[in-house]
Amino acid sequence: MTIVTILQNGRLIDPAGGVDVAGDLWLQDGVIVPAREHLPENNLVFDLQGKWIVPGLIDMHVHLRDPGEEYKETVATGTRAAAAGGFTAVACMPNTHPVNDNAAVTRFILEKARGASARVYPVGAISKGSSGEGLAEYGELKEAGAVAVTDDGLPVFDSQLMRRAMEYAGSHELLVISHSEEIALSRSGSMNEGVVSTRLGLRGIPVAAESIMVYRELALAELTGQRVHIAHVSTAAATDLIRQAKARGVQVTAETTPHYFTLTEEAVAEYDTNAKMNPPLRTEADRQAIREGLRDGTFDAIATDHAPHSVLEKELEFDQAANGIIGLETSLPLSLNLVRDGVIDVMRLVELMSTAPARILKVQGGTLAVGSVADITVIDPDREFTFTRESILSKGKNSPFLDWKLRGKAVLTIMGGRITHNEME
Amino acid sequence: MGNVKEIYRFRHKHILGIEQFSVADIFYILDTAASFKEISSRPIKKVPTLRGKTIINFFFEPSTRTRLSFEIAAKRMSADTFNIAASTSSAQKGETLIDTACNLEAMNPDIIIIRHSSSGVPSLLTRHVRASIINAGDGAHEHPSQGLLDLMTVREHKGKIEGLKVAIVGDIAHSRVAHSNIVGFTKLGAEVRVAGPATFMPPYIESLGARLCGSVEEAVQDADVVMALRIQKERQDDPLIPSLREYSQFYGINRSLLRHARPDVLIMHPGPINRGVEMSPDVADGAGSVILEQVTNGVAVRMALLYLVMGSEGSRVG
Repeated sequence: MTIVTILQNGRLIDPAGGVDVAGDLWLQDGVIVPAREHLPENNLVFDLQGKWIVPGLIDMHVHLRDPGEEYKETVATGTRAAAAGGFTAVACMPNTHPVNDNAAVTRFILEKARGASARVYPVGAISKGSSGEGLAEYGELKEAGAVAVTDDGLPVFDSQLMRRAMEYAGSHELLVISHSEEIALSRSGSMNEGVVSTRLGLRGIPVAAESIMVYRELALAELTGQRVHIAHVSTAAATDLIRQAKARGVQVTAETTPHYFTLTEEAVAEYDTNAKMNPPLRTEADRQAIREGLRDGTFDAIATDHAPHSVLEKELEFDQAANGIIGLETSLPLSLNLVRDGVIDVMRLVELMSTAPARILKVQGGTLAVGSVADITVIDPDREFTFTRESILSKGKNSPFLDWKLRGKAVLTIMGGRITHNEME
Repeated sequence: MGNVKEIYRFRHKHILGIEQFSVADIFYILDTAASFKEISSRPIKKVPTLRGKTIINFFFEPSTRTRLSFEIAAKRMSADTFNIAASTSSAQKGETLIDTACNLEAMNPDIIIIRHSSSGVPSLLTRHVRASIINAGDGAHEHPSQGLLDLMTVREHKGKIEGLKVAIVGDIAHSRVAHSNIVGFTKLGAEVRVAGPATFMPPYIESLGARLCGSVEEAVQDADVVMALRIQKERQDDPLIPSLREYSQFYGINRSLLRHARPDVLIMHPGPINRGVEMSPDVADGAGSVILEQVTNGVAVRMALLYLVMGSEGSRVG
C-alpha cells in the first residue's frame, strides 16, 4: 500500500473552492484524496498547527537560463530555488540560447525537468528566434508541451506580427504573453526616467515606454477577440489601461512582481545594479497604484520575473549591467506583506500566486479539491529569516533584498505528492 | 569641560560629486584652493606636500584640459603621476572595469582620478579599491572639480556666491558640468536658472534646485553669471536639435542677449568652445569673460582636492 501523507491541523485555504477552514489534507499517489476516519498503516503525518495549507504556488514568469546560460541557472537549480520559495511549478521564458522557438528546445527543457524540484512549463517564442520576424511554429510548440508564447526580454515591435501571433496562437489555444515596451523610447535608458535618474545622471526609461505598448496589446486583443497576458507591469498608467480594458470586456490578464509593489526607483541609490531591471523600478505613486491593482482585481497574478545573472553581468558600469533580479526565494514573504499591510486578504494572495496562474496557463493545480494533483505549499506566516547571500539556492545572487529581514516562509513544499522542500522544525 | 568649539575637519576620502559636500566643505575646499593658487605663479612651481604619493589618471574618455590640469596639479604637489588612457569600455577587451581597477590597485596608488562615459563609475570603484577616488567626470552625472573651479572663479570676482543669479544655457541633460554647477551654486545660496530647448532639459530639473526658464532672455535677466555649455554634435540615435545653425540662432549667447544681464555679468564656459554656436566670439573674448581664469583656477582646485583627500580620515596615508 502506498504512503499516505497527512497534513494535520493546518489552515486550509483554497480560493478555487472558496474554502478557508481548519483541517487536514490527505495526499496519496500524487493526488489529493478524501480524509478517512482511521489512519492508514503507511502514513507520514505532519502536524501543521499555526500553518497554512495552500495549493502549490505557481510562478508564471521565470528565466531558467537553460539551455545556453547554465552558469547563471539551470533547470535543476532554478527549480530548487522555486521549491524553497514555495513554488511547485514555474513557467520558463524562451530567451535561452538557442531560443525556445521550436519543439526540440521545448522537449529538451521538459527532459531536464524530469525529476526536478518543480513542474516546468516551457513558454515558446512568438517569433522565430524572438527576432520579431515570422511566427514560430505554435502547433508543434504546443504539442511538445509549451503553454504560452512570448518574446519576453524584447517587445514585438511589428504590430502586424503581434496581431497575427494573437490570432494564430488562439487557433492553437496558446496564451500570448506580452513584454510591453516601446524600444525607441527605452533603449538608451537604464532606470526609470524621473528625479532619481536626473540626480544620478542616468538616461531614463519613461512610463510611456510601457503604457504605449500595453495600449497597443489591448487594442490588438480587442481587434482579434483573442486573449493576451501583460507581463511584469510596473506603472500606474499601464495598470489604469488594463483596468479600463477589463471593464469593457477585453480578454486581458496581467501580472506584476514583488519588486514593483515593494520598491521604488530610490532603491537604485548609489548605482546598485541589483536594483536594475526592465521595466525599471518606478515611483512611489506607481508602487501604490500597483498595490491598488492587486487589491481591486486588475492584476490576476503575482509573478517574479526571476532573472538570474552572474557577477559578470552585474559588477559593471550601471548602464552596461544586465537587467533583472532573482525572485523565487523572496516572492512569498514580500507578497505576505500585502496581507499584513491590509492590501489584500489571504484568500486573494493564494489566488494571485496559485489559482489564477493555473487558470491563465490552463495547467493543473491551484486547488485543494479532492482528486486534484497533490501540489501543496505549507506556509508558516510568522517564520522570520534574513535573506542572506549564502542562503540563496538560485545560482544568481542578484537581489535587491539581500540582508533583508523577511517574514513568512514555505516550510513544506510538495509536488505531485513528493516533498521538494522541507524545513519543518 | 569647557566650551570646546567644534573644529572643522574635511572627512571625504573620495570626491564623487558636489552633492556629497556640505556648505562648510565647499568653502573649505575653495579657501584651500585659494591658498594654493599662489604656488602656480612662483618661479619654482613646486611644493613637497605630496612627495612619495602615487596618483593615477585613469581616463576612459578623451580629455585634454582636465587630464592635464590634474597632472599639473599633482606634479606641483610633487606627487608621481601616471596616465592611462583606456578605450571606451574595457569589457570589449574581455577585461571588466573592476578587473582593470583591481590591477591598478595592486600597484598601491594613493589616488585614482577617473573619467568615464558611464555615470556612477567612480562610485563603483570605491567599492573595489582602497585608493582615494576622484571623479574627473562620469557620464551625465557630475564633474565636481569643474563645479568647484567655477565656484572659485565667481567667488573671486563677486566676493560671494549667495544671492547671485546664475544662468546656465544649453544641453543641461547631457552635461555633468551643468549638474555639478547647479548643485554647487544652489548649495551656496545662488539662484540658478537653466534655459535651452526642452530636448536639452532633464526630467524634473527643478529637483536639483534650478529654475527652468522658458527662454534664454528670461534666464539671463539681471544675471550675475552666464554660463554656456558646449553643444555636442547632433546624435544619430536621438534627435535633440535640428541643426547647430538653428541652435545658435535661438539659444546662442551673444551681445544683444547680454543686454538683459547685469552690466558686470561674468561669462563662463567649461570649454572647449564651439565658437559661433553656443557663444559668439565677441562674447567669449570680450568684457566679463573669465573663461581662461576658469582654467587657471582648475589647477588650484585640483591641488586642493588632492591635498584634502590625502589628509582625510581613512585615506591610505593620513
